[in-house]
Amino acid sequence: MIQALAPVIVGAGPAGIRAAQTLVANGLRPVVVDESANWGGQIYRQPPAHFVRTKKELYGFESAKAQSVLSAMQGLLPHVDYRPHTLVWNVQGGQLDLLHQGQTSTLAYSQVIVTSGATDRILPFRGWTLPGVFSLGGAQVALKFQGCSIGKKVVFAGSGPLLYLVAYQYAKAGAHVVALLDSGKLSDQVAAMSDLLAQPAWLAKGLYYVAWLHAHGVAVHRGAVPLEAKGQDCLESLLWQDDRGVHSLACDAVATGYGLRSEAQLADLLDCQFVWNAVQGAWLPVCDESGRTSVSGVYLAGDGASVEGADAAEWSGERAALTLLSDRAGHATAEHVARSAALSGHITKRKIFGRGLARAFPDPLNWAAQTPDDLLVCRCEEVTAGDLRQTAAEAGVQEINRLKALSRVGMGRCQGRMCVCAAAEILAQCTGQSLEKVGRLRAQAPIKPIPFTTMLKAESVSGKDMA
Amino acid sequence: MTRRLDSDVAIIGGGIVGASAALFLRKMGKSVTLLERDFCGSRSSGVNYGGVRRQGRSIIQLPLAQRAHVIWGQLPQLLGMEGEYQRCGHLKIARSQADVASLEDYQKRSLGYDLDLQILSGDTLRSRYPWLGQSVVGGSLCAQDGHANPRLVSPAFAQAAKQAGADIHEQSQVIDMAHSRNGFVLHTHKGLEVRSRYLLNCAGAWAGFVAQSFAESVPIEALHPVMAVTEPLRPLMTLSLGVEGGGIYARQAVRGNCVIGGSRGFALDDLRARPSREAIGLVLARTVELLPDLHNAHVIRTWSGTEGYLPDHEPVIGPSGTTPGLIHGFGFAGSGFQLGPAVGEVLSELVCRGSSSTPIEAFSISRFTKVFRPSLQPFQQPKEIFHEN
Amino acid sequence: MSQAPVPLNEPGLLTRMSETQRERVTFFLDGQALTGLRGDTVLTAVLMHRKFVRYSDESGAHRAGFCWMGACQDCWISSEAGDRFKACSTMLEPSMKLISGQGGST
Repeated sequence: MIQALAPVIVGAGPAGIRAAQTLVANGLRPVVVDESANWGGQIYRQPPAHFVRTKKELYGFESAKAQSVLSAMQGLLPHVDYRPHTLVWNVQGGQLDLLHQGQTSTLAYSQVIVTSGATDRILPFRGWTLPGVFSLGGAQVALKFQGCSIGKKVVFAGSGPLLYLVAYQYAKAGAHVVALLDSGKLSDQVAAMSDLLAQPAWLAKGLYYVAWLHAHGVAVHRGAVPLEAKGQDCLESLLWQDDRGVHSLACDAVATGYGLRSEAQLADLLDCQFVWNAVQGAWLPVCDESGRTSVSGVYLAGDGASVEGADAAEWSGERAALTLLSDRAGHATAEHVARSAALSGHITKRKIFGRGLARAFPDPLNWAAQTPDDLLVCRCEEVTAGDLRQTAAEAGVQEINRLKALSRVGMGRCQGRMCVCAAAEILAQCTGQSLEKVGRLRAQAPIKPIPFTTMLKAESVSGKDMA
Repeated sequence: MTRRLDSDVAIIGGGIVGASAALFLRKMGKSVTLLERDFCGSRSSGVNYGGVRRQGRSIIQLPLAQRAHVIWGQLPQLLGMEGEYQRCGHLKIARSQADVASLEDYQKRSLGYDLDLQILSGDTLRSRYPWLGQSVVGGSLCAQDGHANPRLVSPAFAQAAKQAGADIHEQSQVIDMAHSRNGFVLHTHKGLEVRSRYLLNCAGAWAGFVAQSFAESVPIEALHPVMAVTEPLRPLMTLSLGVEGGGIYARQAVRGNCVIGGSRGFALDDLRARPSREAIGLVLARTVELLPDLHNAHVIRTWSGTEGYLPDHEPVIGPSGTTPGLIHGFGFAGSGFQLGPAVGEVLSELVCRGSSSTPIEAFSISRFTKVFRPSLQPFQQPKEIFHEN
Repeated sequence: MSQAPVPLNEPGLLTRMSETQRERVTFFLDGQALTGLRGDTVLTAVLMHRKFVRYSDESGAHRAGFCWMGACQDCWISSEAGDRFKACSTMLEPSMKLISGQGGST
């Protein structure tokens, strides 16, 4: 089977980098397209030039892994067609649509590995659009990438391992972490222990962060839910609640998130089939062990396929590349088969750990039912929970795309990235359906906003009218 | 398990045509069952440009368009909502003197239909509307035309019909239909059986399949106009814009987003369509030319839909040529949004009185006298493919 | 390279924790000359001095971005020349002339 086209990798985080490395090691020269200025994704995001913090300071316990991944890509540069600052905004007819420095172009592919990563999964609370409230990932970028704290008195609120990690990173860097509010209860975390023990090293790391925070006087509250971010034009205090009642914290910054949300828009435009994933609590592209999707020539890896963390991203990136190679050659070498099996083994163990994380870090109990009507769910279009409920009731809406069409939720610039999880939870709750039943928001090109000026080139290229 | 419903009228298709027909039939006291494969007003009726205009239509459509114009004026009373409908004016732009001549010709031909068209020079237009680009040589303004939000209006017709007592079934695909001297029998994929005396074929781009079921083939083709929308922008455009000779159509919604359409996308499958990159490029390049102030704006979303086109770009409205009780209302070639409510009213008249008070002979299905094989044959590409809604 | 010390805590939303050794960069925000550091994104530079970067389209409420990674689309800002871009994804350039609050429209 001869393939004339170079394989394409979309996304240069750990998954994309290991995929590229594997392809190069096997004699190919992939195109690596990445939206960011520099490789590393979010977790191993590299600071700009002239920053002096060491990798240890930047990445803590992950510094060795970060070093390995980042230097791998550095070494690959002469052997790949690396396209940073390049957004893939659409795909059609075997060609990706790229946007780079205001110019559009197309890139033909016969095999593409999509490693588009994830963003924070947000459950909003009153006042979350106030200046001073940022996502957990955003707070981490501020510190890692810019050497800044998001405020002088920071509260971390949400759930998931990232909550503890970023709070720890902030406190370690000298920021004043006022409190950490974890919606999960200690009993949730205890119940998850058996799954979490599938990866004792990670569990130990997590426990270390918790212990360190305690030891350094950071108040850690469990079963704690943010109620309202208050302030005139920016954040001044946070109202929150736990079993003991309602409390107020003076603060000028809140970092919030409840896990991560896969960026699957490109997979959708590639016409991949999706399936409900009960552990992730999301509709995700169908993707088997090998990284193959329902579309021939399209592979997925990393958090963009399913949120399993950075290590699993490296493994699945390599695995998807091995699959691509065997599909390209029409057969797999014994070495590749063995390696793929080993990688699958690692990933399977990680998935057990992931199941444990889901159990250890549940959403606030009855979250959707407790959201007040005046809560802004869609921050782009300023659609409230009440608007959603009213639309659903008046128009008999049961499905998320219909809810979007009638209420405008998810119609703004971010195309639902920040609000779709919450909107789906609210729709499911008020219609008495499972989260699965309300369906998934369909992706529409462009994947991110594109300027009109790019299109000025298009007509000069194909001058004839559409007939 | 089959559940059986009997009603005077069954309607296939819950777009603006079918849903308005259901509403008007209820007002005339008929029982109605409407079967919609997806959600009412979610297809072409809900994703079109949103133009509510008479200007530019073929002369034979103008009586219907005038009738629709009156109904649009009553939208709040009819639907209990405004649907962002504004009579802000529709301006058809000329980019050459030949275009101006064409607009003047249309002005003459449409006299007597109350369009009240004003032909204005490019300079006059730019002094009134400074956001128009230099390539505008002139234009024809229909001050009482306008635009609305199809995402809200089309489903609202179905909602109003439901509130008026129509039996509306969404996500209900008709899998077979038959006619006998006892009337029509339809079955849906969920096991619903509907029996009726009349059947309205309002199935949009898929109406050809319904017609075929009754041995009546039409050369309908599915095409896919492309739409794009910007982020909210400061108030700029006070009119709905079109371009003489084809090109783009553009309007600014109440919230500030500019909605722009034109060119053509492609079908992913029978039910789904996507904008093509070529179309997106063309539409947006032409927008910047026409509306230079959009230079720094961004497109945040594009989409396409599935519209039914007959070769003459005129719809099929009126009784079946083969089956008594079957009445057609489809094939609006991308221009059905404004006409829709009038067509719905006409269909209800055809059921209740056997005739339409608005002339529709030109839209008879009988004009397609050739017999086609069940798999629709290809036919000549229409010359002009840019259409406003 | 400027030798003058950079104040660690400017009056905006953010606080510098480290990396203050970088070269100072002068930029303009709403006509006012301000200082950032080379390697700041526009978002960082602006939020060091202000507590917002734009107004929301609907209500006009102050917004200061949210995700820092180009996803939330809530940090759009304009240059005086009319260019519009996401503050979190754009590096600060010397003499950049920015207008806060206008990132939602042309």
